Order: sequence, then C-alpha cells, then structure tokens
Amino acid sequence: MTAFFRVAWLIFRKDLAVEARSWELVSTTVFFSVACLLVFSFALINEGQAVGDVAAGILWVAIAFSGTLALGRTFERERQTDTLRALMLAPADRPALYVGKLLGILFLMLLTEVILVPLVALFFQAPIVDWPLHLAALLLAGTLGYAAVGTLFAAMLVRARSRDVMLPILLYPITVPVIIAGVRGTAALFQETPDAALAQFWLALLVFFDVVFVTLALWTFEPVMTE
Amino acid sequence: MRKYTHILLGAALLVFALAPVLIHRAPYESTMGLVQKIFYFHLPGALMMLFIALFAGVMSGIFLFTKKPWADHYALAAAEQVVLFGAMTLVTGPLWARKAWGVWWEWDARLTSSLLLWMIFIAYLLLRRFGGPGSDKLGAGMALFALANVPFIYVSVNYWRTLHPKTTVVPNLVPPMAGPMWWAFAGFVLMSLVLFALRVQQEEQRARVEALYLAANEG
Repeated sequence: MTAFFRVAWLIFRKDLAVEARSWELVSTTVFFSVACLLVFSFALINEGQAVGDVAAGILWVAIAFSGTLALGRTFERERQTDTLRALMLAPADRPALYVGKLLGILFLMLLTEVILVPLVALFFQAPIVDWPLHLAALLLAGTLGYAAVGTLFAAMLVRARSRDVMLPILLYPITVPVIIAGVRGTAALFQETPDAALAQFWLALLVFFDVVFVTLALWTFEPVMTE
Repeated sequence: MRKYTHILLGAALLVFALAPVLIHRAPYESTMGLVQKIFYFHLPGALMMLFIALFAGVMSGIFLFTKKPWADHYALAAAEQVVLFGAMTLVTGPLWARKAWGVWWEWDARLTSSLLLWMIFIAYLLLRRFGGPGSDKLGAGMALFALANVPFIYVSVNYWRTLHPKTTVVPNLVPPMAGPMWWAFAGFVLMSLVLFALRVQQEEQRARVEALYLAANEG
C-alpha cells in the first residue's frame, strides 16, 4: 500500500517538476479560464448588472472548459515524448499511475480556481468570504469529480484518433451531475440570504459522485489502458 | 441465426400491422384526446431505451474485463438501438408535453436524464466511428461510466427541479389502454431483436474480414 502511494506521489512530483520548468500549463490554463470568464460576462451582463444568479454558473463553466484544456495538454505532453508508454512499462501499479496523474490535474485546476474565484467575486460582487469553508469544499469536491472522470478519459484517448475533439464530447455529458451540483451549491452560497443547508446537500451529492467515480476509474484504468 | 431472424421479422410485421387497429379501438382519454395516442409509442420506446441501455452497459463491462469480442458486438448493436429508441422517445415526448403542460420542453428529471442518456450514447457512437483503433475498449469504459452516471443525473435534476414543484400528468392506465400499450411494446421488442440479430451478424462479419486483412498483410 505504501508503494502505491509512493508511485502516485512520484508521478505527481514529476508532473510538477516538468511544469515548474516551463509554466506552460499553468499560464495557458489560467489565461484561458479568465478569458472564458470575460466572454461570459460580456454575454450576460446588461446595463452593468448581471442577469440573475449567473456568477456560480460562469465560475463552473470556466472551471470545466479550462479543465478540458489542461487535461488535453497534460496527456498530449506524455504522448509527444511517448512517456506514457514508458510509465505503463514501469513495474508499478497501474491505478497508482492514475492517482498520480489525477493529483497533478487536480493541483493545476485548484491553482486556476484560486485566481478564478476572487475574480468572480470582483466582477459579480459574489460573497465568497461569507461561507469560505463551504465554498472551498464544493470547489474541491466538484473539481475532484470532474478531474477523476477527465483524467481517465484523457488517458484512454491518448492513442485514439481525433482525441482533441473526443475529450469534450465524452466528458461533458458524463460530468453533468458535477456541473449541476457545483453550480446549484455555489449559487446557494452566493444568493442574498445564503442557504448553507442546501449547499451541504449538493456537497454530499458531489462527495458521493467522487467516491463512485474514483472507484470506477481505479477499477477500469487497468483494462482500458492495456494494449 | 438467419432462419430465426426471418421468423422474428414476420412476427414483428404482424404485430405492427395489427397495432393501429388496437390503438384505434382503445378508449379516448378525456383531457388529452387524440394526443394521448402518442403514449402507445412513447412509453414502449422509453422502456426499450432504458432496458437496451442497461444491456449495453452490462455488455461493455463484460467486454472490458473478459475481452470477449462478442460482448463488444452486442454492446455496439445495443448502443445504436438506444439512440434509435431515444430519438423516438425524445420526439414523441415534447409532442405530449405541448398538450399536457403547454410547453414543448420541461427541465423535468425524467426528460433531462433521458436526454443526457441519449447524448451519452451518441457520444459513444461518435467515439466508435471516429476514435480509430482501440476505440472499442474506450467505448466500453465510456458505457460503464454512463451506466453509473444515470442515477446521479436523475437525483441531481430531480432535486434541482423539485425546488420549483410542477404538476405532472400521471397517466392512469385502464385495462383497455394497457392492452394496446403492451402490444406496441411487444412489437418494439420483436423489431429490436431483428435489428439486433442483423447488426451483430454484420459486426461479426466485419471482424472476420478485418482479421483476414491482418493475416494477409502479415503473410
């Protein structure tokens, strides 16, 4: 069991080290997510006022879109240098490889959110400091669910044709529950009188989703990735 | 295989030929009137969609963990039928909704989860069509995830919407209406079996041709 976590940790550190030398993923993903935020703001802000409770929706759409970009790039990097094959050949548990890659993606997406969330607060007067723990838990659970499915699909698609198109096509319908729960939970915290109980319901659903889909991904990673 | 297919096809045609008569004879529903007749297509179609999706998910699981090619052929043939019956359900649904609720579309749990299930299986077919080599295994993974996803979609949409309760029309099924409904369902089952047998046969032949090509290239 310790070997499992050591492999996962080593892969996570490897991804961080690669990223620290180029900053390619962090810079492009953050920029893209902010651009998303702006595009939606221009579409939905009328006469200086946001239409309804759109802040939560825009936040999660920006997270989902930039997450797809990050997932695609992370595995494109492994494909170009054929290092994914090298990882697969390593005498390590396949699920540990998955967990390592998942941690990398999760870290990257959370880093993006650290910049994205204050911007949403700034642009839409969203009260992010009223229930900071609830908000952080929703973001963490939602991002984990999204990244858990995304990492598996992106890894599967490395060898497929037209992988760039296929990733969002497969990922978005499957992650709809994450988006609904994330948006509704966050909106419950952003409304005039925040509803913490409602946010907790959505959080529970997200945690349940995470448990089911991380387990399923660990279970299917090996047969899916075996050539 | 082929002989059974002919018998099934004959039976399916017979059932379909009689169905309009039975549906015509069924009593008129008081509030919906003629539109209620959609129900004889809509409910059996939706049931077929659900059962076949379940079957496709199970077959994908078997394929993923045992690598048996027949399971993949079954899964693919089933997935195509999910899209077919899903289209039928999603076209007849809004027609019904227009009369019952006054709107074409309602973000109701059942409608939304059917739509998403349909979309997931379209994504599966797109992957199988354009994914290139190895997409059979990827598709199987995708179908398994789809199966696990359905309850989540249902719960999330249900809770999201029940915050704003809406009255729905629950069809009270009297025996004279239930008869034609199950008759139509039987027709769909027979049609589905015929299509399924043909499609699986086609996939088997395709796999055989592919194996021959590979052998010829190696030799």
